[in-house]
Amino acid sequence: MDGAAILTLLGERFGRGILETHAQCGDHTAVVARGALPDVLRFCRDDPRLAFAVLMDLTAVDYRAYPGREDGPRFEVVYHLYSLGHNHRLRLKVPVGEDDATVPTAVALWPIANWFEREVWDMFGIRFEGHPDLRRLLMYEEFTGRPLRKDYPINRRQPLIGPKV
Amino acid sequence: MPSERPTTTREFMLGEGAGTGAGSQNIHVGVGPAHPAMHGIIRIVTELDGEVIVNADVEIGYLHRAFEKECERGGWNNAIPFTDRLNYVSPLINNFGYCAAVEKLLGIQVTERCQYIRVIMAEISRICDHLTCIGASTMELGAFTVFLYMIKAREFLWELVEDVTGARLTISYGRVGGLRADLPAGFEERMRAAFKQVREVLEEVHRLLTGNRIFMDRLVGVGALSREETIGYAITGPLLRAVGVSYDVRRAQPYDVYDRMDFEVPTQTAGDNYARYLVRMAEMEQSMRIAEQALAEIPGGPINVDFQGQPLDPATYVDQGKQGKTEGLLLLPITLSPNLQGSERPAHARVNAPDKRVVLPPKETAYGSIEGLMNHFMLIMEGYGIRPPRGEAYFAVEGANGELGFYVVSDGGDRPYRVRCRPPCLPPMAALHRMVEGEMVADLIPTFGSVNMIGGELDR
Repeated sequence: MDGAAILTLLGERFGRGILETHAQCGDHTAVVARGALPDVLRFCRDDPRLAFAVLMDLTAVDYRAYPGREDGPRFEVVYHLYSLGHNHRLRLKVPVGEDDATVPTAVALWPIANWFEREVWDMFGIRFEGHPDLRRLLMYEEFTGRPLRKDYPINRRQPLIGPKV
Repeated sequence: MPSERPTTTREFMLGEGAGTGAGSQNIHVGVGPAHPAMHGIIRIVTELDGEVIVNADVEIGYLHRAFEKECERGGWNNAIPFTDRLNYVSPLINNFGYCAAVEKLLGIQVTERCQYIRVIMAEISRICDHLTCIGASTMELGAFTVFLYMIKAREFLWELVEDVTGARLTISYGRVGGLRADLPAGFEERMRAAFKQVREVLEEVHRLLTGNRIFMDRLVGVGALSREETIGYAITGPLLRAVGVSYDVRRAQPYDVYDRMDFEVPTQTAGDNYARYLVRMAEMEQSMRIAEQALAEIPGGPINVDFQGQPLDPATYVDQGKQGKTEGLLLLPITLSPNLQGSERPAHARVNAPDKRVVLPPKETAYGSIEGLMNHFMLIMEGYGIRPPRGEAYFAVEGANGELGFYVVSDGGDRPYRVRCRPPCLPPMAALHRMVEGEMVADLIPTFGSVNMIGGELDR
């Protein structure tokens, strides 16, 4: 199935759950409403025409400083899916506001989502609802702030804090 | 409340209540980060029942250097030295992966010769990576000879890399739109000589390890992961091929000139540490095959010097230009610093895309013409530089450990809005606890070795 057909299929199946679709540089992308995300992900994995068995990557982007997008939802959680059987790819994006930065977890579908989501929580402070063990992944527990947010200054120094004696 | 009874030595080591007849209990043992096999950057908290691992929690992040954040600070080409430090055993692949992602965003095509050189250098790096992985993990099992042999072989390859890039590790050889320099003269013979040595080493190692009783006892059936779990954990590369899935980005979604290369994707079915070892050994041979084919087909040939006259030094060259003696100046060769070997104008044109919005002009042009100087200026000065159109792109290459993906977002400015690296060794580390649960504590070491964790790439 080529990318355009995948986007059409998703659009027909989920209607208003798919906010927007586009293809840029050959990458096909569907912007998914947060409420529809669990169903879309499950459909992508289980439908034999799509069969996205691999969650290749899960990350987020902070659009706070992006020209023209200052007023929209601040974050986008980005899923890159790959199908081993059909050899096709798809990108899903979920816009999330700053005040309510939560997304349903995908751990039940792909176990790798556990670490990827921990990293996004660590770096962006986006909470994944239903995640079994949402700890920081790369930074240490005592670290304050979310380093990959655009309002985190790159030169801020924080002391390494050991266990309290 | 402290008890009256003094803590025994055994309790001190194994936890309160141990050995006091309170019944058996599992003990927690932290392995690393100071453990030599953990490379100083991984901590695994294991829960042991006797010598059997019941549970393991893998902690990473000790080598986090804010790669993704730092990339947002400088221009698009400024991220290249940072990519060297992702997988520092095969940095060339990271360079090319990042460049290809930005090129995809820009919609430019690199020259054919550049694509061939990228293939050759990526395959040399892949061999280096596999040699290091097998060498280090067998050393941790006591096979020190193999380590020395393999590091010797890697040295031949790193000399090649040094010839081409000027450095062994922090090579920064890729450029958006091309390469820093062309291949040096005599590269072909040196590569053939190095591959001959590597093949001899691989032959020796095969005789030492493959089928060796002690080696197999430690690896066969150890650290296995089922096919379903391997896919669910998004594991790619040798670990995925060791469970019988022949997914390889070079074959599935070919980039550069891999579609013209004749090679096999070696697979095994057992999914244990021994299968991973066999896959890596077979892949090194395939990589050499690819590099040899690419070198045989590479267009362009040796550097043609088609101009007359003695080279001028840059200062004289600039003076002549200022005095208005510009006739024929662009055709005159100038002496360049030895650091710029391979970047002379003809070589530069062969390995770089002919796109002035992206690629720096050759130094002769920058020194010798106002257009060249302006072109250079527009790409270097702050606020100018490469400006990809607004948008996003994901590009995947086959790294030594699996799919290495770069997801780049541009806001139309001269610096990346966001660079995301999909590190190929993060998924196996996320699955490591599944590989070691139920195994003996001593099996942790070879399993960890077979994952080929590279800290720079894992923690970024």
